[in-house]
Amino acid sequence: MSIASTTAQVLAQVDIDADGLKAAEGASSAGFAYGLAAIGPGIGIGYLVGQAVQAMARQPESAGTVQTTMFLGIAFTEALALIGFVVFILLKFV
Amino acid sequence: MTAVDPLSQPLVGPQPAVEVARDLARRGGLVAPIFIALGAIFWGAAGAASVAYALAIVVANFLLAALMLGYAARISIALMGVAALAGFAIRLGLIFFAVMAVRDASWVRLIPLGLTLITAHLGLLFWEMRYISGTLAYPGLKPRAKRS
Repeated sequence: MSIASTTAQVLAQVDIDADGLKAAEGASSAGFAYGLAAIGPGIGIGYLVGQAVQAMARQPESAGTVQTTMFLGIAFTEALALIGFVVFILLKFV
Repeated sequence: MTAVDPLSQPLVGPQPAVEVARDLARRGGLVAPIFIALGAIFWGAAGAASVAYALAIVVANFLLAALMLGYAARISIALMGVAALAGFAIRLGLIFFAVMAVRDASWVRLIPLGLTLITAHLGLLFWEMRYISGTLAYPGLKPRAKRS
């Protein structure tokens, strides 16, 4: 049985109207937007920090430059998660 | 003689991340009146308050990230990596709760709040990055000509 037909059966049983369905879809989409948007930056920051830590351990004399670049990289990558969060609040509450 | 693991060594000396974050906060203070004025023009007093709140979140986020990194770096390089990764999750959670706590308040408009979160975060970063790449040094430490 396909997911669509199962969903249709469930909706028929709970007697949900169009507005309720729209709200439910909006809520699930918002959750997906925030969750998926946080995965990418998590991977990116993990890779970035791993490489930076390795560089600092190998060349402690260049730690200042590496730390500055790492901090900016983290902040830029984090912007993606922030965009996902803003999409979440706009989908869910506006 | 035993070999010392370089990852367990602390990073001594200046904390560039803290200096960058402090400079970002200073720049945030400089652009705050413009952002707040735009919020007031398009969304009224509630918009201005929302924009100010979002700017405070952005600046606090930068400062908290830098302080966590700086504190961990004084203990060990490996701990700094842990602080960077855990800090991402912690700060994302803090931003979530900071916005959720006020979303129903009468002085909050979510559209200017969200737009300011993104534009202030990215705008301040691009401004700071331009400065850092221009001076090739930490903020406030412009390269000086060597005296012969």
